[in-house]
Amino acid sequence: MLSQLPQPLVTQPSTWIALAPVVILATTAFLLFIADSIDPKGSNNGPLAAFSLVGILGTLGVTVWYFFAGVGQPEGLSLLADQVVVDGMSLFFTFVVTSVAALVVVGSYDYLHDQPHQGEFYSLIVLATTGMALMANANSLITAFIAIELASLSSFALVAFLKHNRGSVEAGLKYFLIGALSSAILVYGISLVYATTGSLQLDAVAAGVAETDNVGLLGVGVLMIVGGVAYKTASVPFHFWAPEAYEGAPAPVSAFLSSASKAAGFVIAFRVFVEAFPLDVVVALGIDWVLIFQVLAVVTMIVGNFAAAMQENVKRMLAYSSVGHAGYVLIGLAALGGGQDSLVMGAAMMHLLVYGFMNTGAFLFVALAEYRGIGRTFEDYNGMWRQAPIASVAMTVFLFSLAGLPIGGGFLSKYVLFTAAVGAGVWWLAAVGALTSALSLFYYSRLVKAIWIEDPIREFDVARQPVGLYVAIIAAGLMTVALLPAFPVVDLAQTAAASLLA
Amino acid sequence: MLIETLIAVTFVAALAVFITPEAYAPQVAFALSLLPLVGSLYMWTGFDASGNALLEGSTVAFETQTQWIGFEPYAINWHVGLDGVSFPLLVLTTVLVPLAIMSAWTPITERVSQFYGLILFMEASLIGVFTALDFFVWFVFWEAVLIPMYLLIGVWGGPRRKYAAIKFFVYTNVASLVMFIGFIALVFGLGDSVTSFGMPEITQALHDGELGGFAGLTSDALALAAFIAIFFGFAVKVPIFPVHTWLPDAHVEAPTPVSVLLAGVLLKMGTYALLRFNFTMLYDVAATLAIPIAALGVFSVIYGAMLALAQQDLKRIVAYSSISSMGYVILGLVAFTVYGIGGATFQMVAHGLISGLMFMAVGVIYNATHTRMVGDISGIADRMPITVGILIAAAFGYMGLPLMAGFAGEFMIFLGAFQSTVLPSAPIFTAIAMFGIVIVAGYLLFAMQRTLFGQFRLETDYEVTRAPLHDVAPLFVLIGLIILLGVDPDIFFTMIQDAVDPIVELGGDA
Repeated sequence: MLSQLPQPLVTQPSTWIALAPVVILATTAFLLFIADSIDPKGSNNGPLAAFSLVGILGTLGVTVWYFFAGVGQPEGLSLLADQVVVDGMSLFFTFVVTSVAALVVVGSYDYLHDQPHQGEFYSLIVLATTGMALMANANSLITAFIAIELASLSSFALVAFLKHNRGSVEAGLKYFLIGALSSAILVYGISLVYATTGSLQLDAVAAGVAETDNVGLLGVGVLMIVGGVAYKTASVPFHFWAPEAYEGAPAPVSAFLSSASKAAGFVIAFRVFVEAFPLDVVVALGIDWVLIFQVLAVVTMIVGNFAAAMQENVKRMLAYSSVGHAGYVLIGLAALGGGQDSLVMGAAMMHLLVYGFMNTGAFLFVALAEYRGIGRTFEDYNGMWRQAPIASVAMTVFLFSLAGLPIGGGFLSKYVLFTAAVGAGVWWLAAVGALTSALSLFYYSRLVKAIWIEDPIREFDVARQPVGLYVAIIAAGLMTVALLPAFPVVDLAQTAAASLLA
Repeated sequence: MLIETLIAVTFVAALAVFITPEAYAPQVAFALSLLPLVGSLYMWTGFDASGNALLEGSTVAFETQTQWIGFEPYAINWHVGLDGVSFPLLVLTTVLVPLAIMSAWTPITERVSQFYGLILFMEASLIGVFTALDFFVWFVFWEAVLIPMYLLIGVWGGPRRKYAAIKFFVYTNVASLVMFIGFIALVFGLGDSVTSFGMPEITQALHDGELGGFAGLTSDALALAAFIAIFFGFAVKVPIFPVHTWLPDAHVEAPTPVSVLLAGVLLKMGTYALLRFNFTMLYDVAATLAIPIAALGVFSVIYGAMLALAQQDLKRIVAYSSISSMGYVILGLVAFTVYGIGGATFQMVAHGLISGLMFMAVGVIYNATHTRMVGDISGIADRMPITVGILIAAAFGYMGLPLMAGFAGEFMIFLGAFQSTVLPSAPIFTAIAMFGIVIVAGYLLFAMQRTLFGQFRLETDYEVTRAPLHDVAPLFVLIGLIILLGVDPDIFFTMIQDAVDPIVELGGDA
């Protein structure tokens, strides 16, 4: 509200510290920049990787500590004049993005071995992670926008990181152009919402929505914000950049974007739509965003999975399958209002957590293949087990878990998601999800078949063992399996979702 | 905690074998596979169960039930335990795996550690399937069995292995999905009357008539639809005509030890699940559908036998005969008498041993002659008398020679099916099914006569000689067990009867 009195920026020193996860990440990123400017030509990326890892794991540790210490729960802590909020959901998503970032940093160690500008790489990764963590905390449209831009700008550079590789540069350019367009759409949508409600803070927007007269303008604004979110989460129809960017980018960056960036996009969607556009109010105005997300979810599941089934290139297959998974997570928004709200949203959050590990692992396995100079098609992966038997086992776990076989957490998270959707009365969403999951088994098992069953088409040259990649893949594999017995953490996700919805 | 330990030990053994150097893998795998065997035999000494694990008033052996996921509205619990139906199958699994591993020493020469690792991984999952009493835990293990099987057929199989592996995978996965949806719909239909996926709880609620309508279906229609979906899912696994076509392909392409486990244990997953889900939980629907189910079973008996009669490949003959034998099991289950269901359960074990033995013996012959075609080989009885002797014994076991396990199982099934009051015109079905024995005897004797006896005429550039000891040893163990079970079926039948009586009493038809 414009009439509000200006508030002091920091209300209490003790709550200020609640933002420590983001602060640690930002500090790490800047220290990495400084380290890089001191020794710009350094070719040993060990210290850089180790320092990034320490910073990310520090954030991870603080996040877990805060989560279990009850910081921001059940009532969220509002900081910086309500611009950011720390609550269960923000901590949950900070955990997801930092876990993925930690795996990616470890996996990048070998990948970057012969590349220049290593300092920039790590600082961009950490900076992007900062942006994503901030996305989880954003409590106003403008903070959300700034956080998205922080994550996006770092990501554009990361995608184009292989400066002498045409594919990488082209992917970066495409990603940048579509990203710029989507940013424009998003910020235009935000401005329309501001114009009709006179506010940017989510709760104040909600209050303004109830009183607004310009329903048409507000509707266009909401629709444009949906577009911005769809871009960030690689949902249809704003998914075209994803296969291009993931294919051209260095594989660890693809892993990072398809897992962490997607999760961060969803937390924005969850928070903005639930907080700023309360269903009971906006539906009365005729702006039924749940319906939009229902359409998006169905189309995204179908397009992502069918396109994935038709790929010959492994990275593109994973990229389209990640579009398909965005469709599953969209159920978390599309099934709201059916009386099972915290259940469906908690299930979607849990799916993002599981997905963070299994999808990152799968892309890191692709990174291993790229590192070894293996080609990109399914045939090129033939007999891959010969070079990396343990990593191939982990990859098998990732793929079957992504498909929803009960070998990893992916089975339970999909199951909880689909049954929650059935409980919310949108059984057809669950039906589409189950059918497309069944289809996904076809293309995932095709890669399993290539790795284990087919004979290699040529001899591999195993010169150097990428220790970092192995560690990251095996860690992701262990987590994917461990999330099956440890699935009760779904309760935490649901509690976090419930406090947002309350 | 014994069951958890058994699963964990087997699983860790699988990982250990996977990273064992190729040179030692066969011996290490065999040694480690003895651990679950010793474990299950140790459990036998303390086995204390009465009644059926799914029905009220039962004692379940080695039961553990702890909360796993307190997910609303249906909790998923870690619930495992054994009763008289599952325990014999657990023992069967742990007995067959070491023998199958030993029989793999000769034929498996590539990627040895992976092969044995996958076998043990499959064993761990199979133990889970036979012990789980919560639907979700059970389903996790059920699906986990498929992955090693897919790879075992796809990597180490015959020339058309990729086709066979994918066919197996697609068939069984589609079946699992249909079954899963059917079962979940059933649970949703139960509404508030159940709070978990515990199979005993769901069984109880179903018997108490708590099933309501769901998604526009009345409770009767829902029960029928769920029954059909679940039945279809398991029928593929059993397999029952007309969803059996993956089986011959999988069997023919799979290497011998994998065929042994496929016929010996994996098919029993299907009949075991049918007994648990269709015939125990949905007792009423099964009784209503008795005629079509029995007809499918009897038709599978005759049809499988006829197909076997037409085969030229020894392994294919044994594979098709499995369809026939599983048909008997279906007939026994649908009879709803103590001898019918008990005999069917006993036959699962008996057929596991006998078909395992047949596949192993055929495998030994193949190792020596490099062919399985009935037309190519003859007179190998002179060259490998011991193997041939055991193969003939196994064939007689298959035909139902008294004092062998197959006789006990089939006799009880026929007795039980004949007495059935649930199945209308039971004697006619039984009589037709019994005719299957004649065809079985026909094709087995015909094949034996042509391959084993007469003049040796296989022209090879290698010597066809006696099989090495480690090939023959498992055959001896199996034939010993088959005779032991045939002479004294009560080893298992008393405990099976304990678990089957309550099912039969459900219909007041003891």
